Amino acid sequence: MSARCTLVPSVALLARSATTYADTPMSYLHTYGPAGDPITRLGWGLGTISIAVISVIAVLLLGGLFRHRTERASDDAQLAVGREGGGMAWIYVGVGVSTVVLIICMGWTLVTTAIVLHPPSTPALTVQVVATQWWWRLRYTSANPSRTFTTANEIHIPVGQPVRFELASVDVIHSFWVPQLSGKMDVIPGQTNVTWLEADKPGVYRGQCAVFCGAEHARMALEVIADTPVDFRAWQDDQLREDPPPGSVTVRAGQRVFQAHCAACHAIRGSDAAGIVGPDLSHLMSRRTLAAGSLPNTPGNLAGWIADPQSLKPGAQMPDHLVSGPDLTAVVEYLNTLQ
Amino acid sequence: MTEVETFRAPLVARATDRSRSSQILEQNWKGPGGIAGWLSTVDHKEIGKRYLVTAFLFLLIGGIEAAVMRAQLTQPNEHLLTAEQYSQLFTMHGVTMIFLYALPVLSGFSNYLWPLLLGSRDMAFPRLNAFSYWVFLFAGIFLYVSFPLGAAPDDGWFNYVPYASRAYNPGINIDVYALGMVLLGISTTVGSINFIVTLLRLRAPGMSINRVPILIWGTLTASVGNLLAVPAVSLAFFMLWMDRQFGTHFFDVSAGGQPLLWEHLFWMFGHPWVYAIVLPAMGIVSDGLPTFCRRPLVGYTPVALSTVTAMVLGFGVWVHHMFATGLPAIAMSYFSATSMIIVIPSAVAVFSWIATIWTGRPVFTSAFLFFAGFVILFVIGGVSGFMTAAVPVDLQLTHTYFIVAHLHYTIIGINVFPVVGGIFYWFPKFTGRLMNETLGKWTFWVMFIGFNVGFFPMHILGLVGMPRRIYTYPEGLGWGPLNLIVTLGSYLFAIGVLMFVVNVLVSLKRGKVAGDNPWDGPSLEWSTSSPPPVYNFAVIPTVASRYPLWEARLHQGDDRSSTRQGFLLDKGRETMGTTSLDAEPDVILKMPSDAYSPLLLALALAALFVGALLHSWWLLGAALVVITLASIAWLWPQRSLSQIET
Amino acid sequence: MVEVGISRTTLPVGSLAHHASGWWGMLTVIATEATLFAYLLFSYFYIASHAQDAWPPHGLPKLSLAIPCTILLVAGSVTMWWGERGINRDRPVRLMLGIAASAVLGFVFIALEGVEWAKEPFHLTSDVYSSLFFTITGFHLAHVIVGVVLLTVLFLWTALGYFDAKRHSAVSIGVLYWHFITIVWLAVFFTFYIAPRLG
Repeated sequence: MSARCTLVPSVALLARSATTYADTPMSYLHTYGPAGDPITRLGWGLGTISIAVISVIAVLLLGGLFRHRTERASDDAQLAVGREGGGMAWIYVGVGVSTVVLIICMGWTLVTTAIVLHPPSTPALTVQVVATQWWWRLRYTSANPSRTFTTANEIHIPVGQPVRFELASVDVIHSFWVPQLSGKMDVIPGQTNVTWLEADKPGVYRGQCAVFCGAEHARMALEVIADTPVDFRAWQDDQLREDPPPGSVTVRAGQRVFQAHCAACHAIRGSDAAGIVGPDLSHLMSRRTLAAGSLPNTPGNLAGWIADPQSLKPGAQMPDHLVSGPDLTAVVEYLNTLQ
Repeated sequence: MTEVETFRAPLVARATDRSRSSQILEQNWKGPGGIAGWLSTVDHKEIGKRYLVTAFLFLLIGGIEAAVMRAQLTQPNEHLLTAEQYSQLFTMHGVTMIFLYALPVLSGFSNYLWPLLLGSRDMAFPRLNAFSYWVFLFAGIFLYVSFPLGAAPDDGWFNYVPYASRAYNPGINIDVYALGMVLLGISTTVGSINFIVTLLRLRAPGMSINRVPILIWGTLTASVGNLLAVPAVSLAFFMLWMDRQFGTHFFDVSAGGQPLLWEHLFWMFGHPWVYAIVLPAMGIVSDGLPTFCRRPLVGYTPVALSTVTAMVLGFGVWVHHMFATGLPAIAMSYFSATSMIIVIPSAVAVFSWIATIWTGRPVFTSAFLFFAGFVILFVIGGVSGFMTAAVPVDLQLTHTYFIVAHLHYTIIGINVFPVVGGIFYWFPKFTGRLMNETLGKWTFWVMFIGFNVGFFPMHILGLVGMPRRIYTYPEGLGWGPLNLIVTLGSYLFAIGVLMFVVNVLVSLKRGKVAGDNPWDGPSLEWSTSSPPPVYNFAVIPTVASRYPLWEARLHQGDDRSSTRQGFLLDKGRETMGTTSLDAEPDVILKMPSDAYSPLLLALALAALFVGALLHSWWLLGAALVVITLASIAWLWPQRSLSQIET
Repeated sequence: MVEVGISRTTLPVGSLAHHASGWWGMLTVIATEATLFAYLLFSYFYIASHAQDAWPPHGLPKLSLAIPCTILLVAGSVTMWWGERGINRDRPVRLMLGIAASAVLGFVFIALEGVEWAKEPFHLTSDVYSSLFFTITGFHLAHVIVGVVLLTVLFLWTALGYFDAKRHSAVSIGVLYWHFITIVWLAVFFTFYIAPRLG
């Protein structure tokens, strides 16, 4: 069996694995926008150089090891001790080549840094992100105050345009990271950091808090959904639209339960609930996930989360057993109407 | 009363361990023995062994912590540990490995070997040496007492504020960490002082600065680095402790404090620290490879200079830990450039080692396998670091498992592998017995394969977006299979470590008896018996080259080192003090005998910190009094040390 | 053992002036403590550079006590230098006078610092400036207190007749430390009292 017979399938397997891995939701082996793409190219470049360096050193090392194998030192008389001189060329050539490569990489790095630091054009849209233990408050501002609204955890952006993000924290350090669109930016109390994202094509891009921020740091995800401009406008309109008043008896009952048990922390636009401690739940059913990306947004999950949030996210600020029994059924039905 | 002599023309003698004069030296240097001796010894060899054993115990404890963490992460959504338990484990794993293992183990090697490598009878400050060990031990215990209390530090080893502040972390966890680190910092600082002054003053005549082994350069550089870096972290922890106890506002955003001040201070310390934990280990390899390649190290001077350069540059790169914090682009670009430049001194060392192997005649002992394996692990760790030096790429890589891979390749690759190789190499010198070579070679392969299988996939996990410090992860992200491989590989690596420990324990009793120089090594320690006599050298050696025991075979010039003829210095505990650069005889140094003051002072210091932790101000006050009195007693001028005349 | 001979060089035995290991040890202690103060002052300037409101928040600190404090420490360094020259000429009495003068000057410094602390319109936990002020001057004060204890012990040892012209390394080491805390004070003084006035 020649080396080629094992090499080709191995490379193919590796390449296929690489593609498979590139397709996972948090992978940045491929990115999908101008905030991330120059980084990805540089990353692949540096990665390739790194693999090459490892391979070269490995070959040199193995070569040196197997050139003159000697008997074990504990056998017979002292092994000959070689001359002092020789070998300096290794250092000169090795360091010389390394320096040239480093300088090239430094230059490429500086260029990439300059490119990704600022969006190519002035963003028309700014989203204010407030990170808190363990979810993301989002505020969409607008020149027109009637088009300003608050939501949570699920960010929508129009494709093909840069979007500016102003990042603030009300408690500890977090980090805002949507790997398929760009590098991360820490969210630090006392200062507002600014970053930008742009998606080339519509899709769902997962993000996650990237700096340890306490017990449920592992469950502080987010989603960035890139819409066509038409769909984005429609989403904005949906978020701003006032829901019709509750129709059925159960739904009205559910609204009363919500007002009694949930409104202290949560807000729903168009109702009396105006709590700001927890995520804004307006149009909750328009979101794909619950609990900062921890659960798919299904009625069953919603009921389970309301009944017992501590079993999914121990330490979350939402207490267990706020509602149960018929109250739980009613409030879930009410929330299901928030499309 | 005999008058204390002020000047003497010292006797030059020809002697060996069997000479009458050596019996006198034995009497001078021997301690009381028994429990008393154990508590009061200032013998650098004893202290070195203690550091090694204690550091290895912490390595094993840290390894257990990691094994439990890996069990939790093997599959998505596991419930073996709660989030808080996981946080305490990953924090203590980092603290244990980075502070309680990585530097102390190198202090152990250096403490034992330095006087033997330098041709001296002890370190410059023997009592301070004992003190630094005791404080290290007490700091480790202090930190670990938190575990049974369920209150171990839980904000990661870099302990970012505001999560570390009282508002978000009200328990005693972070106070333990803060005070424990300040206490440990005292041990590190006095240890560094000891190494620096020893290097400047206590070398054998003729051991000019360009003849000292690279381990000396590595530890010296690390010590100077620590001297200048440790105050940053001690200050940061002190300020945090003040914020938490008394309500100061250093890191309190509501009153003008800055969370990033913590990050700056911590990393101004943290980056030089990572060089402190690898440069001496690189020195172990630079000194061990020549023995097993049967030739002097290629490029001694470039390697020595690159050691110093790496540490100096290491003070100028700290912001690369903060690239995602929103700093100005120009600042980040500067630190990105310095972080790339720092690759160059490492490249010098790597090519020196490869050249030594290539132009030498390698002998495949277990020690050599670890030193050779280290080279490739060094390079892998180095290039992953090079990738993170590029600011934009780091914005993706930072805070992910890519960094976890990088730090383990550098710490395990550049510290653990040389340490294990160094034990195989110097075990015969420490104990008089050889370790088992067959088991050693198997151990190498199990450790090498286990390590790579366990940690290489972490690079990929980082690239597919797995952040650090998460106690679990959901299905559907593709992280499960790689985490399984990582767990299995790391367990295999752990088995290798256990094989190594077994080898050590069995060889202590049943290892083949080693002679003075089982490896035919070139440096001064191999001229003594195995283990060396308590006084190290029958006469102070004179040194004429870098490789004293190989001179005849290297045919360089006519000058010859001698370990048979030199200054006798037998009027009490004495060693030779020499000039700093050229090592010409300068002063006859009187060394203190065994004393309890180091232990007493360390206990009082520990009591001080316990008092601070528990807000027991009377304990703190009493400890302060004891410390003052004990220090005065320690420093009281003694006739026997020729510190006073009458 | 075969005695080969007495070496041709006569060497000092033990702690003789700068040959003492403790001298070099004190230099390294100074290096690390100086670095500690450097990081303290870095913290001050870092916080100051990020301050949103006016800095210093309580107005410019008064010089009325700070300048006398500075003079006291500088004078204390002079008297220590003078005292050490005394022992260099085998005059322990002069050394004792010098040590005593420096210790008294140090003691007055401590007292004046205490008065300054009490007079400040802010206390430790008022804000970040006050936290920095008391911590930085507090660290320095702690070093002065250690220094005064050190001087007291040196005075005692001199009185016991331990030192002469050849052997007084403990004194030289103490003098080093005392000069160090004077220089640190100058840096602290500049940072808190002069730098804000430089606009």
